[in-house]
Amino acid sequence: MDSRPLAAILAVFALASVAQAEPRELTLANGLRLVVKEDHRAPTVVQQVWYRAGSMDESPGTTGVAHVLEHMMFKGTRRVGPEEFSRLVAGAGGRDNAFTSSDYTVYHEQVHRDRLPFVMRLEADRMANLMIRPAEFAREIKVVMEERRLSTEDQPRALLDETLLATAFSAHPYKWPTIGWMQDLQNMTWKDARSWYQSWYAPNNATVVVVGDVDPEQVIAWAKRYYGPLARKPIPARKPQSEPAQRGLKRAILKAPAELPYVRFGYKAPVLRDPAKDWEPFAIALLVKVLGGNDAARLNQILVRERRIATSAGAEYELLSRGPGMVFLSAAAAQGHAGGELESALREVVAHVAAEGISPEELQRAKVQLLAQLVYRRDSFFAQAMEIGELESSGLSFRDADLIPERFKSITVEQVKSVAAKYLVDDGLTVAALDPQPLARSAPARAAPASVH
Amino acid sequence: MNRALSATLTLLLLAVALPADARVQIEHWTTQSGVRAYFVETRALPIVDVSIEFAAGSAYDPRERAGLGQLTLALLKGGSARFSEAEMDRRIADAGAELRDSFDLDRAGFALRTLSSEAERKLAVDTLADMLQSPRFASEVFEREKARAIANAAEAETQPDHIAEKRLYALMYPSHPYGTTATPATLATISREDVERHYRARYRAAGAAVTIVGDLSIDAARALAEQLTARLAPGGEAALPPALPATGETVRVAHPSAQSHVLLGEAALTRDDPDYFPLLIGNYILGGGGFVSRLMTEVRSKHGLAYSVYSYFYPYAQRGPFQVGLQTRRDQANEALKRVQDVIAEFMARGPTEAELKAAKQSLVGGFPLRIDTNRKLLEQLAVIGFYKLPLDWLETYPARLEAVTLDQIRSAFARHIAPEKLAVVVVGAAE
Repeated sequence: MDSRPLAAILAVFALASVAQAEPRELTLANGLRLVVKEDHRAPTVVQQVWYRAGSMDESPGTTGVAHVLEHMMFKGTRRVGPEEFSRLVAGAGGRDNAFTSSDYTVYHEQVHRDRLPFVMRLEADRMANLMIRPAEFAREIKVVMEERRLSTEDQPRALLDETLLATAFSAHPYKWPTIGWMQDLQNMTWKDARSWYQSWYAPNNATVVVVGDVDPEQVIAWAKRYYGPLARKPIPARKPQSEPAQRGLKRAILKAPAELPYVRFGYKAPVLRDPAKDWEPFAIALLVKVLGGNDAARLNQILVRERRIATSAGAEYELLSRGPGMVFLSAAAAQGHAGGELESALREVVAHVAAEGISPEELQRAKVQLLAQLVYRRDSFFAQAMEIGELESSGLSFRDADLIPERFKSITVEQVKSVAAKYLVDDGLTVAALDPQPLARSAPARAAPASVH
Repeated sequence: MNRALSATLTLLLLAVALPADARVQIEHWTTQSGVRAYFVETRALPIVDVSIEFAAGSAYDPRERAGLGQLTLALLKGGSARFSEAEMDRRIADAGAELRDSFDLDRAGFALRTLSSEAERKLAVDTLADMLQSPRFASEVFEREKARAIANAAEAETQPDHIAEKRLYALMYPSHPYGTTATPATLATISREDVERHYRARYRAAGAAVTIVGDLSIDAARALAEQLTARLAPGGEAALPPALPATGETVRVAHPSAQSHVLLGEAALTRDDPDYFPLLIGNYILGGGGFVSRLMTEVRSKHGLAYSVYSYFYPYAQRGPFQVGLQTRRDQANEALKRVQDVIAEFMARGPTEAELKAAKQSLVGGFPLRIDTNRKLLEQLAVIGFYKLPLDWLETYPARLEAVTLDQIRSAFARHIAPEKLAVVVVGAAE
């Protein structure tokens, strides 16, 4: 194949990125960061408030507290009653929610542009004035335990993912789940939540991202009015907690009610720290696309289509994160095929790519896919705000978004081969295998001991 | 570079000059072969979104071969007269395009997202056109996809959420095709000839709708719609029997899960029902309105019994479900179920308050712009309008029709559509 499609797509991408006003940024005197991006395609706007505090900032014994606090943020301030926050946003024709990850906690509202100052005032209020009432906490911690049962305990593949991370990391806090261990939830108190809030919720630990049909000058004025008066606070020192280099394969087996064996690999890998100089993370992202980015990718073609030993197979990698990175591969067995077969096949695919590299056609396809997805992201104000927030919260700048397509474009087949050979190696690998148990033989999960405080 | 820049500036000026609240301008026509076509031109981004759907959802599966429709849809991607399966995969990927299946009780089809640049769009659309109109149904691909479908169905049958939904649909639709769910056994009976026959019967023009949103001219949109549909046979109108009310049984299924999954439901609402707006607003108040509904307040906020609790109406061509659901620690299922039933009974008896109605309207009317603020959301709305032949001013009149709903309309609409004693109940988890 010639190089025309890629050139054409890069031209399209340049057009799409230039056709937008450059975002405005501002740091208020109290340390709050604000990034505003204009987009007038619809009369709506999204506000996201990013706190640089996630489960990686927790300690053993209180895992899950970042996420529990996220729930408590809807339980009222001195001015706003319990549950009233969402009621007010809904009354303004808006939608609100929040999410917590290992790296950050994010609160967001989508509203008609006229209601932006209203939701900015609400977020500013709960940034400083949250009331954590013990009775509200006692009810909400039960909700979080139900969330853990729903999203993890009864989901064999989610449980396997949790097991994989707990095995892969010995020192870094990525070893515990963001939802928290059940026992930690059972023993958490309202004071744990309050202390988390007091430590991390401050204008100087937050980035407010606004994308939509707005006048940036006006948004800046509102930000100064609502967020400006909040007091800066000392933020706790963050200890590095680096993961020591892995020196050999790790393995975990999980038994759970299921039908098909399922295998998940995690390889330690770097993430993007310096977008102008680093090249390995871009090469890894392209490698992962070649392995599992679409139906034409290698894992699907080989494991599902040709050998027919898997019902699905994929690969994932996050370019950005505060902590260490990983390349994940996964495959679910076809009936009559064992987890061991999947594991051998995944290793063969990896060994082949490390030894022989990838073809120029594969690299070009991966680049086209990545760049097209950057264009598609522009369809959604929410996705654009996510891109800005992720960059800012991972220690980079939203301006790096302009650099990233060019960096992807520069990657060669030799570079992809070299990262495959360097990082997809047994010494950095953790294998987690789901050993499916028949329903009839599975005992009901034991009811939680009654130790909730 | 210069040319690109000036084109860019023109685009930017256009985008700013257009009134942001401008109503959605829908172009509608019928293709040569008789497919309904809908188009909205949006030039701000170099993206084209296309949806094409046929009256070929799971409701058209023979009961003993449940799963036939979804398998047929999957096999359309398995190679055509011109392209092998692997060639199709590569062409879609090389275009930077995304191709998603869409499949429910009524509809089967695809949503394609592609760049609007000529070469990429052509690569992606040519591939989709061939998929739809000259599928190969090669036997080795059929055998593989059938085995995959059986494996996935066997996996699903171990999971409590799937078991609960399957049992609920069987109770809500005891003698209607909406009630059937594919199992490893029904999938095992399907032959390649069944798939070919199903394709010939259902992938036809009259039941289909094609929807296009994005960066292309009306002429290009017309040509695109022709390309996707010109070779389709006539006929294939949606044709399903009416869904009759069921008796409202209760079923409990033992499962070792940490939570019991509790579902309630009954056949309730068609797409063309005049009660659509009163039921939409009423349900927002009862269990649809995210964090502020009565069910959420009672079950989650006051009693901490569940992370998720909801109710919804899902309108289909025939009466689609009114469904209520939650998951709770297995020993709390009866308490949670009782609370849900009490909330429903209270709502049925007295209806919402004036204050609740006002708040619901503020949320739904005020939130209307959020329903169409991306090309993808617009495509989804338009696809529903097209498939179900809703009036072209559906989106335009939507806020006003919400605004006009009264308390009496909500109460009487619920009384007409919901009989609490006929709600089927399924609990998977704790067996007693």
